[in-house]
Amino acid sequence: MSEELTRLGGQVLAGRVSRREFLARAGALGVTAAAAATLLGSHAQAQAPVRGGHLKAGMQGGESTNVLDPALNLSQVPYAFCRQWGEFLVRVQRDGTLQNRIAEEVTASADAKTWTMKIRDGVEFHNGKTVTAEDVVATIERHADEKSQSGALGVLKSITGVKADGKNVVVTLTDPDADFPYLMADYHLVIQPNGGRDDPNAGISAGPYKVSVFEPGVRAGGERFANFWDADNLGYADQVEIIVINDPTARTAALQGGQVHMINRVEPKIVDLVKRVPGVRIENISGRGFYPFNMFCDTAPFDNNDLRLALKLAMDREEMLDKILRGYGTVGNDYPINKAYPLYPEGIEQRAFDPEKAAELYKKSGHSGPIVLRTSEVAFPGAVDAAQLYQQSAAKAGIAIEVKREPGDGYWSEVWNKQPFSLSYWGGRATQNQMYSTAYLSNADWNDTRFKRPDFDRMVLAARGELDTEKRKAIYRDLAVIMRDEGGLIVPFFNDYIDAVNDKVQGWKGHPEGELMDGYALAECWLTA
Amino acid sequence: MSSPIVKLIAQRIALGVLLLFAVSILIFVGTQILPGDVAQSILGQSATPQALENLRNSLGLNDPAYIRYLRWAGGVVTGDLGTALSSGQDIAGSIGGRLWNTLFLAFWAAVISVPLAIILGLLAVRYRNGPIDKLISGLALASTSLPEFFIGYLLVYFFAVKWQIFPGISTVYDGMPFLERLRAIALPATALTLVVLAHMMRMTRAAILNVMQSAYIETAELKGLRPFDIIRKHAFPNAIAPIVNVVMLNLAFLVVGVVVIEVIFVYPGMGQYLVDHVAKRDVPVVQAVGLIFAAVYISLNIIADIAAILANPRLRHPK
Repeated sequence: MSEELTRLGGQVLAGRVSRREFLARAGALGVTAAAAATLLGSHAQAQAPVRGGHLKAGMQGGESTNVLDPALNLSQVPYAFCRQWGEFLVRVQRDGTLQNRIAEEVTASADAKTWTMKIRDGVEFHNGKTVTAEDVVATIERHADEKSQSGALGVLKSITGVKADGKNVVVTLTDPDADFPYLMADYHLVIQPNGGRDDPNAGISAGPYKVSVFEPGVRAGGERFANFWDADNLGYADQVEIIVINDPTARTAALQGGQVHMINRVEPKIVDLVKRVPGVRIENISGRGFYPFNMFCDTAPFDNNDLRLALKLAMDREEMLDKILRGYGTVGNDYPINKAYPLYPEGIEQRAFDPEKAAELYKKSGHSGPIVLRTSEVAFPGAVDAAQLYQQSAAKAGIAIEVKREPGDGYWSEVWNKQPFSLSYWGGRATQNQMYSTAYLSNADWNDTRFKRPDFDRMVLAARGELDTEKRKAIYRDLAVIMRDEGGLIVPFFNDYIDAVNDKVQGWKGHPEGELMDGYALAECWLTA
Repeated sequence: MSSPIVKLIAQRIALGVLLLFAVSILIFVGTQILPGDVAQSILGQSATPQALENLRNSLGLNDPAYIRYLRWAGGVVTGDLGTALSSGQDIAGSIGGRLWNTLFLAFWAAVISVPLAIILGLLAVRYRNGPIDKLISGLALASTSLPEFFIGYLLVYFFAVKWQIFPGISTVYDGMPFLERLRAIALPATALTLVVLAHMMRMTRAAILNVMQSAYIETAELKGLRPFDIIRKHAFPNAIAPIVNVVMLNLAFLVVGVVVIEVIFVYPGMGQYLVDHVAKRDVPVVQAVGLIFAAVYISLNIIADIAAILANPRLRHPK
């Protein structure tokens, strides 16, 4: 009973259960209201942030080729580390809304083509300089430069002009974009003195921690920045450190042995074992990431929508979720959006496994012979098994799938986005607009399903410029239905982010944007004795 | 030193240099055959065609292969390994620390395993075909037969997770106190010892047993020497050449073959460094590391050859 109360207490503080509901449920467990209130009080007290200590994370996704330049951020360790030392204009919150960071206020012109960001006063860089509008302009310019190697280049393409105007940064766009502020939350856009042009690898920004060590592929660490502007909400530990542990077994062992306080990427198949370890808990949250089976809509035989629909209906999503993710995820519906997105389209019928209908459509498509599906263990954890499982469910519909296992080395340059039917992963984006613009517009850089539909493009652009929320939501629902019924995307499931955390770590609040609280776990959590 | 020995040694060294040169070409060709290119691998799944083209141009990837090879080979001869394509860092500088870490681990693994293997080998010969011999051979063969990752995980499970005596991850860094550093590498060094022990022990045993068939051993026995003294004074010195050979092979393995152990124990050595850069198609780094590995292998083999030459009395005392 007390365990249940503790859990409930934690949920009250995490905002998942209201105080009133807690008291009611405590009553149901046979605890008097007064005692329950005391319990909640003591729980809240225990949850007050504690300053000090050395918080360590063991993470997969770091290489000896990593650099500090945020423009080249790609894998998980640089991603999480830039959350410690970097500061951003805005940050996506758990409910999908934006929190203003360096940008104190963001306003749009009536046509959503000109955006003004007021720069917050008194934010200091680690080198003692104050953050100015010029620094922000220089940062955006560096990442938006045609010659830039920045991973943010694609999302910044719509910018035609950036200029500083006193304390304001004014950005003009080629087309209206109601979601423009979300682009500024991109993880590459760490605000740096003079935009990081002087030395992109200096690791200087205005985040809660100053870079103290950076050994690529080994460890990265920071010391609390004394003049951090938002010290009440971030940066409780004196020191934070990320140790790169790419081997899953070693990572789990390091957590068990107490050498690190939290780890990312716990494989679904060992979650139940980790749960049994004393002093360690699993933290999972459903995110926006999903594992697609991509078909090229412009390449035979996938240019036939009957065949695409047959292949979608031949997917046994429930079995896939159960066997590949062990239930740590949610079933997909063949469009790239789930409930974690703002303006989620409600009431679209869930597609189910239907071998008869699939067989019928397959016959109608006139295709014969095996269909080659390419997979690799790097596509996502369990991708080879997933392809084989799909092969079996498709066989029930009389569709022959030939699974071709490709080497992991070179998969992203030779197979994904090159071969007409392959497995991949998507991390998801902050908004529906970004997700559709990144991968499903005709001219999108990563149109990995070769989905080219002018009417679809027009609808995406219309939604992008639409400031009326209800109208946007209606357009997004239509887009989802088109993707579901005509797109080249099979989405068996959206995956949970699964982390494991030592019980000494308090203040954990999962974030749908990414693992380890979207990389902020080290800065937002604290250590208790 | 007489001239035939000097001549033989000089020949070996010249051959080694030639071999190294050939290896450098092989490595270069090998890296060219790898699918994908550096720019794509650096930018990964999120690469735009524009960003790819920019990166390729700035990295000089559009030059023909032979020009890139000559540019690089010329640099190596003058001691310049170039800069890493993926991070823009000086390769010689970043390899230095990694190489030192690898040698540090290899050194301590060798300090434990080589004397242990030879002593166990001598003991096995002394009590040959008895229970001690069988026990030593059995245990050593068992530890070699287990894959090294399994030995690694076993050590981690017991020493790091269950008993928490040694750390399960061996992260070492500059300025780490010496004893702490030793503690950090305790488990990987043990794992490596278990991996290489049996080979050296069995070869020691076999080489000495071979000598034990000789007539002069019988003489020694007949003149009443204790069995262990016979092995130590008469058999062992005559079996040195094959033993040195196998020891050197295993030392080379300790330097160039420890990728798996490094990954399991998260040890920042050369193996992990190489793997990361192969994945990124960072040709200059892969070549530099490959060349260093080849140099280690070739020079240890030269040492073994020279030791064998020096240990051969017919060469030391020519007619």
